[in-house]
Amino acid sequence: MSVAFAIEPLAEDALLLRFGDGIDATINARVHAAAHALRAVNLPGIIDIAPAYATLLVRFDAFVRGGEALSEAITRALCRRFRGSDELTAAVPGNPAAQRVEIPVCYDGEFGQDLEAVAEYARLSHGEVIARHTAAEYTVAMLGFAPGFPYLLGLDAALHVPRRADPRTRVPAGSVAIGGAQTGIYPRELPGGWNLIGRTPLALFDPDRDPSCLLAPGDRVRFRAIDADEFAQHAERRA
Amino acid sequence: MTIEVLKPGLLTTLQDIGRLGFAHLGVGRAGAFDEPVLCIANALCGNPHDACTLEVTLLGPTLRLNAAAWVAVAGAPLPLRIDGLEQPMWAPVHVPAGATLELGAMRSGCRSYLAVHGGFDATPVLGSRSMDVNAGLGPNGGRPLRAGDALQMGSAPQPGSGSVPRTDWRIRQNAGESEPDPISKWRLDPRPWFRGDTNQPLRLLPGKHLDRLTPTSRNTLFSEPFVMHANSNRVGVRLVGPALAWMSPIEMVSEGCGPGLLQLPPSGEPIAFGPECPVSGGYPRIGQIAAVDIPRLAQMRPGDPLRFTPCSFDDALGALRERERALDALTANIAARLAHELHRPQRGPR
Repeated sequence: MSVAFAIEPLAEDALLLRFGDGIDATINARVHAAAHALRAVNLPGIIDIAPAYATLLVRFDAFVRGGEALSEAITRALCRRFRGSDELTAAVPGNPAAQRVEIPVCYDGEFGQDLEAVAEYARLSHGEVIARHTAAEYTVAMLGFAPGFPYLLGLDAALHVPRRADPRTRVPAGSVAIGGAQTGIYPRELPGGWNLIGRTPLALFDPDRDPSCLLAPGDRVRFRAIDADEFAQHAERRA
Repeated sequence: MTIEVLKPGLLTTLQDIGRLGFAHLGVGRAGAFDEPVLCIANALCGNPHDACTLEVTLLGPTLRLNAAAWVAVAGAPLPLRIDGLEQPMWAPVHVPAGATLELGAMRSGCRSYLAVHGGFDATPVLGSRSMDVNAGLGPNGGRPLRAGDALQMGSAPQPGSGSVPRTDWRIRQNAGESEPDPISKWRLDPRPWFRGDTNQPLRLLPGKHLDRLTPTSRNTLFSEPFVMHANSNRVGVRLVGPALAWMSPIEMVSEGCGPGLLQLPPSGEPIAFGPECPVSGGYPRIGQIAAVDIPRLAQMRPGDPLRFTPCSFDDALGALRERERALDALTANIAARLAHELHRPQRGPR
């Protein structure tokens, strides 16, 4: 039986399920589909099910069940769910529990410090950069780097702009940024090398809120342009 | 029941066993770097193994306790003083109300754990009281202790264990002692849990890209020592030493990872991940330090030599099982001994 993924041991208590290599929407959708299916079957001993671009990390209690036995159980569960490999290979179900989230972004002034540079590199006007950035629907490929930082797939090819040669030591919380083929949002003040094109007044991550994270892996995201007044209103409501 | 921080020490943080189950949100585990020692310090205070402690780095804090407490310090050897009087590590110790507890500079190793009976109390964040300094998560936003901070002691054993000795030691306390004295006249032999020798190699499980190293580099990896760089912390331990090279460039995207992962960034200097590491990483992977050897990584200090030896997953898991059995047996023994000693004075004839 051939399956559409390989299982690699990572540590005594961790496996990596590999669905392909590279950054690819189809492969990433399979990762989310498998993550959803594994959460649903709830195999004993599993602690973490964490999607990345092309791989799914499964961390487990090695004293409940060893890696080999868990690998077999995972293979059985995923093959049962996706009827062998066909469905995982052909159809791309993604995560059926995915939410659609709209994120307001102010692209004006200091919020979009690098908008100028991005527009110049892309040979577009400011307005065109914003129009293209708000037109697309993105998928949360994974969360990482910092709690609640979403790596978003689906950026318009015209907006693929290399990272800054000189990374900033402080990127403000809420910054919406472009790094190569990806766009993302800084949940808090962090160092970073991506190009800042705007800022959202929403809290991406708040450990005192339930759920703590605005976005979950596999969620669909759209950006909506707002002006400085609306940004201020949002920010006031949060405070 | 508060503890006032007079001097914070070099890097002192609240740590329990960390937050589990949030990797998909980009939230790492954090928690004690040397987990078995955390468990032992807790056992010596009659706490559940996963109660919250202070993790102390190289130079310990000076604290004032406003109420009497039962404490224990385990880990890297340091001078432990109560109102200036030297006290044993690896033993339950009684601190009178108002006394000053001073943890000095470590003679070797890098991390020790101060446990108090009842645990350190703070509002858990995502299920844990651990401070994740790198992620800015946990009590006080993950900020390490500062002078003037006030820490809370739990008034009762935290839930999660049925084998905690009752707090009859309060009765001893009321029986008139105000001088600091060890609660018991014994202390543990630290050797199985803190060796302080840096010659023994760390066991390394094969990583995805191990066989992409040049044959010379693979040989070097397991035959020559590396040195721990000063720019190391709970996120990662940086190693300097012999150059390692790939046979051909490796392209990869970010993949899940955890503490113990040994990556080789383009700088050519390997990084071994610690408890505050990110949940994913995009550098090629040489290997994974066996879980049973993570405590030894935790006890390395800048300038220490560090060697690797190859290890299979089966052997690593076997060694981990053996250690867990030994740790379970030890903590059960400590609990039984404490229960016996602490109950005895109050038991009159029936």
